[in-house]
Amino acid sequence: MKALRLDQADLERWFANWAKTREVYAPLEQSSTSQSISATRSYVDWAILRDGRFPVLDRGLPKSPIKKFFLPQPEVLFRSSTKKDDPDAFVLKEPEEQKDRRVLVGVRPCDARSVELNNLPFEKDPYFQSNRARTAIVGFTCRDRCQTCFCEAVGGSPVGTEGMDIAVTQLDDLYIAEVITDRGEELVQEGGGAPEASEEEISRLKESKEQVKSLFSSMSDLDHSLEAMKAKDLFALYNAPFWSQLADSCINCGTCTFLCPTCYCFDIQDEVVKGTIRRIRYYDSCMFPLFTLQASGNNPRGQKVQRVRNRFMHKFKYFPDRFGPFSCVGCGRCIRECPVNIDIREVLRDLLAVE
Amino acid sequence: MTSLLANPYRPYPARIDDIVIETEDGNLKTFRLVLEDEDTRARWSHIPGQFAMLSLAGVGEAPIGIASSPTEKGFLLFTVFRAGVVTTALHQMDVGDRIGVRGPLGNGFPVDGDLKGKNIVIIAGGFAFTTLRATLLYMLANRGDYGKITVIYGARTPGLLLYRDELKAWAERDDLDTYITIDREAPGWDGLVGFVPTVAGQVAPSPENAAALICGPPIMIKFTMPPLEKIGWTNDQVYLSLENRMKCGLGICGHCNVGPVYVCKDGPVFTRAQLQSLPTEF
Repeated sequence: MKALRLDQADLERWFANWAKTREVYAPLEQSSTSQSISATRSYVDWAILRDGRFPVLDRGLPKSPIKKFFLPQPEVLFRSSTKKDDPDAFVLKEPEEQKDRRVLVGVRPCDARSVELNNLPFEKDPYFQSNRARTAIVGFTCRDRCQTCFCEAVGGSPVGTEGMDIAVTQLDDLYIAEVITDRGEELVQEGGGAPEASEEEISRLKESKEQVKSLFSSMSDLDHSLEAMKAKDLFALYNAPFWSQLADSCINCGTCTFLCPTCYCFDIQDEVVKGTIRRIRYYDSCMFPLFTLQASGNNPRGQKVQRVRNRFMHKFKYFPDRFGPFSCVGCGRCIRECPVNIDIREVLRDLLAVE
Repeated sequence: MTSLLANPYRPYPARIDDIVIETEDGNLKTFRLVLEDEDTRARWSHIPGQFAMLSLAGVGEAPIGIASSPTEKGFLLFTVFRAGVVTTALHQMDVGDRIGVRGPLGNGFPVDGDLKGKNIVIIAGGFAFTTLRATLLYMLANRGDYGKITVIYGARTPGLLLYRDELKAWAERDDLDTYITIDREAPGWDGLVGFVPTVAGQVAPSPENAAALICGPPIMIKFTMPPLEKIGWTNDQVYLSLENRMKCGLGICGHCNVGPVYVCKDGPVFTRAQLQSLPTEF
């Protein structure tokens, strides 16, 4: 694999050159003011990189995952009109395909991998694929772990490159960029290139990656969890006694599903404004009772415990049985933001303890 | 979008060609739809038991079983119960109005697979007869492919039976046995009286080289199984069709899952044996 050596100025040159023909997004500091308590809170989230700013990479994961670039909230699937004189009234037509190219810079391995996992169910979804085709990912491997992250326990790696076009690793005084895909090579050319890394630098890269890996392998009780879960009986997991206790504390707010990089469930609704019909899709959540409510009034998951169980069973059993990997990248956002402190790592441990 | 992949979310435009009010309460209407594009109309094919999304631009979509047989060419039939937002809006539409059809979706009954060469018992209750009508017509059109065919169909009152003209015509055929029943005595009704499970127990179709296709309210299915099991029917011989809330119809959006399977993509038809290996989230 091609590996290039850069310093910060080189990276800034790349970002500036990419911004000439693409939208460049990166984790950047933002703030929001709460009027009720007149306090300003600052956080890191995805925003357009411009004015010589540099991605904020030392403050943990951005608040939101990158799924909004692939599953926009909302996304217009079709348009039509209700106008009587329009011969195509009520005929749904796709909006013009978005062709603007984008680069996401500073994507961590967990978030980059989420795109590959979501691609499994969305393989034949033209909207998702169109967004994927126009969005390049320049990842940054991890050097530190967040308190809440656990990528290695669910099949990922803090230095993984899955889903990335370019993988950048920061060594103390320099950056090494590994070019993973053809699109990554294209970005390197557009950015203005960089010298190849020396043999010494490449061995430093390898050493650094090994160090990070050993730092992350502290959750050894969750090693081989995928194979263990696949071997488990669906009904034994489904009927495990801990679900009701877990559901007791859950308030079904749906925060976990909205912030989860691999929660991809959606709803489709029609909107009519001034004679224009828009059929849109947007995030839905299996935490909500309306998610499964039928027109007859019957609700297959009318109870909270059924909904809580469905979310975790989907991630750790249904999805892997169908597609292979867990539908979880271990980013830990759900742990960080859950208002009642539900910890998905504990749920995984509970599931693995089921006989 | 089309430059990349065919868009499975795009409905085919269709016109309402005819509307039949099926039941005396007016809550069930059969819509005859003609796809507007000639090529699409010619290329359309489906398997009995499959469904389609009926798409009302500006209102939404609802999954409805296809009531016409693939052997009926040039149009599609959907018998729709007025229940939610989309079906209520559909019930207010007129002949000539434009709607959309997205499908066919789901697996359907294995009419050209496991059901071939078998004696077939169709058991239906209420308005769940729609995809079974498609199945029955398909089997009658390919009569030689199946053994004895028995139809047991019941409704609360004579006025709630679907496809009444066809029921009469089927009763006169000598290549199938029909048992049409209503729940209670009613003026002018000289046919069978009794619940579907009771009639199924009396008719007692042999499980020998046979398959049963059962559609109806859950309570009917529950009570129909014991009399069949008593005479030797097993769960892998019994085919059921599920309904869950659906949005995409493609096994993606997450609404209709029953444990690891999606009713829209892996179903709606499952054997009872398959359902017993799943959580009862339907």
